[in-house]
Amino acid sequence: MPAEGAITTPEAASRAQAPPTVTLHAVTQRFGDVVALEALSLDARPEEVVAVVGPSGCGKTTLLELVCGLAEPTAGTVEAAPAVLMAQRDLLLPWLSALDNAALPLRVQGRSRADARSAAAPLFAQLGLGGFEAARPYELSGGMKQRVAFLRTLLAGKPVLCLDEPFAALDAITRAEMQAWLAGALAREPRTVLLVTHDVEEALVLADRVVVLSRRPGRVVAELRPESPRPRAATDDEVVELRARAVAALEGAR
Amino acid sequence: MSRLGAPLIGLALLAIWELYARTGGVDELILPAPTAIAEAAYEDRALLWDNFWVTAVEVAAGIAVSVVAAFALAVGLHLSRTARGAIFPLLVASQAVPIVIVAPLLVVWWGFGLTPKVAIVALVSFFPIVVATLDALRRVDPDELKLMRTLDATRWQTFRWAEAPAALPGALSGAKIAVAVAVIGAVFAEYAGSSEGLGHLILQSLPQLEIARAWAAVAILATFAVALFYALHLAERRIAPWAHRPGGPT
Ligand SMILES: Nc1ncnc2c1ncn2[C@@H]1O[C@H](COP(=O)(O)OP(=O)(O)O)[C@@H](O)[C@H]1O
Ligand SMILES: [Mg+2]
Repeated sequence: MPAEGAITTPEAASRAQAPPTVTLHAVTQRFGDVVALEALSLDARPEEVVAVVGPSGCGKTTLLELVCGLAEPTAGTVEAAPAVLMAQRDLLLPWLSALDNAALPLRVQGRSRADARSAAAPLFAQLGLGGFEAARPYELSGGMKQRVAFLRTLLAGKPVLCLDEPFAALDAITRAEMQAWLAGALAREPRTVLLVTHDVEEALVLADRVVVLSRRPGRVVAELRPESPRPRAATDDEVVELRARAVAALEGAR
Repeated sequence: MSRLGAPLIGLALLAIWELYARTGGVDELILPAPTAIAEAAYEDRALLWDNFWVTAVEVAAGIAVSVVAAFALAVGLHLSRTARGAIFPLLVASQAVPIVIVAPLLVVWWGFGLTPKVAIVALVSFFPIVVATLDALRRVDPDELKLMRTLDATRWQTFRWAEAPAALPGALSGAKIAVAVAVIGAVFAEYAGSSEGLGHLILQSLPQLEIARAWAAVAILATFAVALFYALHLAERRIAPWAHRPGGPT
């Protein structure tokens, strides 16, 4: 993968040498006549946060489902370490409390209710959910629901997290708050992350690398590597500049 | 206003009925006036009460058996396409067999006791519960199933966490639909062979020309059906509070 910007931080340097945890090679995905993805190649290294931005309908969700093994590509190869999907909708189960929803992966791994809860509780509190253990999903705000859904994804214990527009449904203020929250959560629990969003700024704030997809069929039209370490402020010069480049790439690809 | 609607309409209908019966519009041996029925209900209250309990137990036990069995069958049909193809037509066909014919057979097999009554009530209320449960299972959010897959859940775990909780309120709303037919089933079962119960009492009262008493029994059966309907409704709300919240499923 040719680098667009120089790699500066030592962590990033060691990461760049490690073998990728996710590799997509020349992946094409068709649904009948619809070509959702075309000859797309992409990789992500251990603990790297790769953002995928692109217009609505360009195949971002399709891409994540391929990485999570929920679908097989029409052509090309997908190699990935075990990956878990955090879907576009929060999908909290209404019959479980917030804590039980977060602990669901532990139950699925065969742990008892008490065991799963006590294992999930510390992270639950650390991630700003303390006091909401017994709340039902319908009692939670949008931001809180996303936190629970993210914690559930984290507790699945897989090395790769695929986050599908986690903050798209939130208002601007809550979204900014949640971006900071996610950055903190990933600092605490580093994972390889594919972060899908249609918000270029969000991608540049949170990711090590930003992959820009074209309109359907989705192809990589640009790849941006900010030099400063994540998370960045939306007002950083670098973010502002790269944002302009990403937008230009999106428009040029139409 | 809407709360008062049902009682007001009921009162108006009773008034018309009373007037019609009093002015000799119909023979009192066929349709007694509501006041005559109320009088009979009061006079025979002990008799009616004892027989009511018999029928109430038959209906409640029958519906309980039916919910459990229908839920299990619906789950089986949901899990196996083969079973669905093979058994569902039989299930529909079973609904076409008149209970009037089946009831005496069951009485011959099982005698005059509680068992054939419970069986008949369960039989007649079975179908709507199976259909409502199957429907609820089929309407489970496909994204929730995808969630269970991405968590590497087994088939059983997917059922346990995502499907069963959604199907449970379905079974109860099926039971709500089945309430009326369950009461009728109990009456038929008692007709077919019984020494007690409101159906038995109706059957006895007619040849004795105790028409008002028979109508009193009918009124009690109808009231019981309404009460049972709301009891199931409350049970559904308790068991599945999420199904009644804005933003929850259904
Ligand atoms: N299972 C499917 N069957 C048919 N078409 C699909 C399916 N999944 C996605 N598509 C189509 O593929 C395209 C890309 O979808 P998606 O990956 O959801 O886009 P995005 O997440 O970028 O908005 C869309 O046109 C969508 O309609
Ligand atoms: Mg999508």
